[in-house]
Amino acid sequence: MNGTFDLRAGETHIEVYKFRSGAIVLVTLLVLVLQALLRVYFPRAEMLDLPLLVTIYFGLSRRNPSSGLLLGTVIGLLQDSLSKAPLGLYGIAKTLIGYLASSIGGRLDTEHPASRFALTAVFFAMHQGIIWLIRRLLLGQPEMWFNLRLGAAALINGGVAVFLFLLLDRLRARS
Amino acid sequence: MLVAQVLLLAMQIKRDEKGRLLRMWTVGAISPFERVGSWCAQKVRGTWNGYFALRGAAKENEELRRELDALNLRVTQLDGKAAEADRLATLLHFRQSHQAAPMLAARVIAASADTASRTIFIDRGERDGVRKDMGVITPDGVVGKVIEAFRGTSQILLLTDRDSGVGAMLADSRLQSPVGGTGEPLLLMKYVSSDDEVNTGERVVTSGMDRIFPKDLPVGIVVDIKPGNPFKQVRVRPAANLDRLEEVLVLLTLHPLEIKQEPNAATNAAAPNSEPAPVAKP
Repeated sequence: MNGTFDLRAGETHIEVYKFRSGAIVLVTLLVLVLQALLRVYFPRAEMLDLPLLVTIYFGLSRRNPSSGLLLGTVIGLLQDSLSKAPLGLYGIAKTLIGYLASSIGGRLDTEHPASRFALTAVFFAMHQGIIWLIRRLLLGQPEMWFNLRLGAAALINGGVAVFLFLLLDRLRARS
Repeated sequence: MLVAQVLLLAMQIKRDEKGRLLRMWTVGAISPFERVGSWCAQKVRGTWNGYFALRGAAKENEELRRELDALNLRVTQLDGKAAEADRLATLLHFRQSHQAAPMLAARVIAASADTASRTIFIDRGERDGVRKDMGVITPDGVVGKVIEAFRGTSQILLLTDRDSGVGAMLADSRLQSPVGGTGEPLLLMKYVSSDDEVNTGERVVTSGMDRIFPKDLPVGIVVDIKPGNPFKQVRVRPAANLDRLEEVLVLLTLHPLEIKQEPNAATNAAAPNSEPAPVAKP
């Protein structure tokens, strides 16, 4: 399997990463189980959205909008199925985030911890914004979008992403 | 992809159903891993508590001894309170009058996978007799109700979820008002008129009006009252520790249970042959 390879378009230099076979499926399954288990033993973990972090990571790394969109859809729908949210709520939000992450991944430096932290925090806020919009426009469930708690959650997810992404980097296929 | 999901959402709203088939498949596929994860977590914690955590046992022992002294003092004070005795008698009477009410003990294996809702999954499902809308409690108080029963797993909507609610009343004044979740740790007692008197520390119990929970089960304690017009904002701390649930009891009946009020409840409470309701072990 090819590891890292370069796409050269004029002056731009984009690295696209591939992963060991089965890594994406296993990581997706693991974070869904972990997300459900963590909250039982650590109530504060409710602020974490591990499936979102994985969507962002694979989107940023693979830099392919189609696969980012597809992965976001699958993870979002699975998350919907394991909650009481209507099917499609997290599906739509993660589809958009997966698409955006993989589109932006090709334009920015996504390897530096600081940029990973900032991008994840921004994507988290956007994700919550999309959910807020869907709830408000499609489901008729108005609720507050931004509050201090959301701000704190965005920062916490950004912080966790820095370490989680370092772990996930190890799953990249070697060239 | 997006259009398909928007249509899926619209279909669920129109038909008022939530894609049970897909949920059943997902829960069926994921719950074995959750069971294994939950089992592993318990083993790790058991090992930790049994060996490594014993390093601080002497200090903890001293603290517990101090705590025991304080509790003994507290028990002595409580012994003299007739109201407390009455409450205990009522609870005991409830257990006596519902010896036939079957309860099923279940272990919490997972929580909701999303960040907004407050639900948990238990290791009991349809094959154990669990059905949608059954009440879930702990010895401390009300936990919530079953919103989905799968084959070997059930999803419980916790009282703290913003879509949750329970028929409740103030234990002393018997003032009735539903109590609902807000998505936060505290519950909200709705529709308490600004003219009604409510005191901080007052106990809130089930009223039985929701036809899910029997009367007089602890719901929580009033911790904050804010004036309002026409309704006060009464915040209630749940009696059950909903953030740290590991085992729960499912009320295995969809028939409303009502406590039979008898004038000699206290006498019945003292009956020597009192036995708790049957509880199936997990």
